[in-house]
Amino acid sequence: MTRSRFVCLGPLRRAAGERASKREHEVDYLLLQVLNGVQLGLLMFLLAAGLTLTFGIMDLVNLAHGSLYMMGAYIAWTLIGWTDSFMLGVLLALPATFLLGVVVEAAVMRRLYGRDHLDQVLATFGLILFFNELVRAVWGPAGKSISVPAFLARTVEILPGVPYPAYRFAIIVVGAAVAALLAWLVARTRLGMLIRAGASNRRMIGALGVNIELLFSLVFGLGAVFAGLAGLMAAPLSSVKIGMGDDILIVAFVIIVIGGIGSIKGAFVAAMVVGQIDIVGRAFLPDFLKTFLSTSAASSAAPAISQVLVYIVMAGVLVWRPTGLFGQRT
Amino acid sequence: MKSKLFGPATIAALVFGLQPVMAQTPIKIGFISTFSGSQAAIGEDMRRSVELAKEHLGGKMGGVPFEIVYEDDQFKPDVGKQKSEKLVQQDKVAVVAGYIWSNVLLASLKTVTDEGDTILISANAGPSQIAGELCNKNFFSTSWQNDQTPMAMGEYLNTKGVKSLYLMGPNYAAGKDMLAGVRRTYKGQIIGEDFTKWPDQLDFSAELAKIAAAKPDGIFIFYPGAHGVQFVKQWAQSGLNKTVPLYQVFSIDAITLPQQGELALGTLGAQEWVNDQPNEQNKRYVADFKKKHGVYPSYYGAQSYDAIMLIASAAEALKGDLSNKDKVRAELKKANFKSLRGDFKYNTNNFPIENFYIQETVKDPQGVMTVKTIATAVKDAKDSYYEKCPMK
Repeated sequence: MTRSRFVCLGPLRRAAGERASKREHEVDYLLLQVLNGVQLGLLMFLLAAGLTLTFGIMDLVNLAHGSLYMMGAYIAWTLIGWTDSFMLGVLLALPATFLLGVVVEAAVMRRLYGRDHLDQVLATFGLILFFNELVRAVWGPAGKSISVPAFLARTVEILPGVPYPAYRFAIIVVGAAVAALLAWLVARTRLGMLIRAGASNRRMIGALGVNIELLFSLVFGLGAVFAGLAGLMAAPLSSVKIGMGDDILIVAFVIIVIGGIGSIKGAFVAAMVVGQIDIVGRAFLPDFLKTFLSTSAASSAAPAISQVLVYIVMAGVLVWRPTGLFGQRT
Repeated sequence: MKSKLFGPATIAALVFGLQPVMAQTPIKIGFISTFSGSQAAIGEDMRRSVELAKEHLGGKMGGVPFEIVYEDDQFKPDVGKQKSEKLVQQDKVAVVAGYIWSNVLLASLKTVTDEGDTILISANAGPSQIAGELCNKNFFSTSWQNDQTPMAMGEYLNTKGVKSLYLMGPNYAAGKDMLAGVRRTYKGQIIGEDFTKWPDQLDFSAELAKIAAAKPDGIFIFYPGAHGVQFVKQWAQSGLNKTVPLYQVFSIDAITLPQQGELALGTLGAQEWVNDQPNEQNKRYVADFKKKHGVYPSYYGAQSYDAIMLIASAAEALKGDLSNKDKVRAELKKANFKSLRGDFKYNTNNFPIENFYIQETVKDPQGVMTVKTIATAVKDAKDSYYEKCPMK
């Protein structure tokens, strides 16, 4: 009797152990995918923050926001080459993109504030073409690449035995820090107060004697810095190339619509949601579809479905809350 | 009075009067590729090779000068179709060549070959449909059928004893063909497969995490141009380059290597042409290309060079007169030219019967990243669809 018990227990225990370790692996895998979603969401938040500010406060539809993302990456590539240091190049690229934003605002955007959205779309679409051609003339048609700095070109263990690319982790840290800074700026400073006031009622703050021109110029420059930061941080993951901001801009627009135009908090929440949706669509949807579709049908349907998932969510949010999750204007 | 003006004599005079002028009209060749946006570097490589072919031919085919009309498909099927239509209807070119992308080619095929009754020479894209049921007497390829290169890779992986594979590619016509190709020949276990959004997905973190969890013996990818750069970088950053080797088709080449750099060292790929092919015409092409542009040419360029040389061979045989389509088709079908990959014959569906090689990513003696041939994967390979083609 005792002996037979011994005989059974061995394999049983081993099986239980295997099951536990498999579950652990699944938890690790889930955590990795959540982190991937957060990292993606933070990058998109940086892009969406500037977009929602310009749209909400200046009532300006800026299609060329993606061009600032691209310019951030190209400027960083050049400065990293000159200084021979990733950090120095990045730190110099930020004020440079701010300056670029201010110049673009003064040269083009200022003329568009009073006009209707169609004119703005037309003019800023022209800016996209301008920047794409400018980049081709200055940097050539081939893409450039920025290497991950040596101290980040490795993996970190976020949990024992679970490696995560250090550079992606750094993006999460920087993205979160910038989000916190922005939250503080909007909620606690005078500039933030004006920004919030501008988002709720633009005409009124003008009437109250606020220097609108300076405010707009600052906000646009700030948006440019965030877009440039997103572009240069995304560059080592991908490559610096013409039109790199055009694809991601559409998602950024979806984010600000979901979050509510003009709301930084909304942009943050929506970016996180969109980041997770994207990862869920890629990481789990194919396996889920395979439970009732053939393998080949599932693997070609999954990317198509995950592509529209974001838009379905946007449509749902708009039905439920026509001004977006945190939208203020009616 | 009016009727007399356009009487037979006037028409005859006009026709005869025009003929000498006609003979001197240059041969017009249309060339469609991507010259703007993120994949412009591929188009540039093709254009440089076409220009080099023109230079090597002295600007003449069969004694008649020729000109190339370049059009940019902007990496979009609808634009590619529009530009093809413009080349055929407005420019009235004798041949339309080029086409990087299978989806662009599929959208443009009928416009050129049927509605325009014009010869189309694909210098890259080789969708399975055109090799099979959509095959066309006006269509010729100087590249391959999409499935073939990954099939060669699959054969090689069998001999190398790679036991399990994870497949990844973009979700469009060529991506599906490529993954189907490696599935057809690879005998090990395929433990995962992901199609990613094309062309807008540039982040592969979710898929790489899946690969890390699946622990395959190898990853097989098809990510052309800019996407190949992204994938290789992210594969290396995830640390998977230390545990899971990468096998690829069309993802690591002369266009992507300047950006992938040493991350790509040691990876293996399959190709029908490698820049170290030992024939004379290839040595001249590679040397002149490098002298002019300071970089290696890619297969995109080599296939484009071949497309021009193929047209030149027909023009040579017909003394520069490409007006009789039947004669032109018959001459093209002979493939009577010095291809950079060495001689090849056309199959019944007008796709080449050719060898495929395995290439390794290495540094050349000057320290420049490039690829070199290390093995022949398959010889005189025919594609898997030609029997479905009604042409015999």
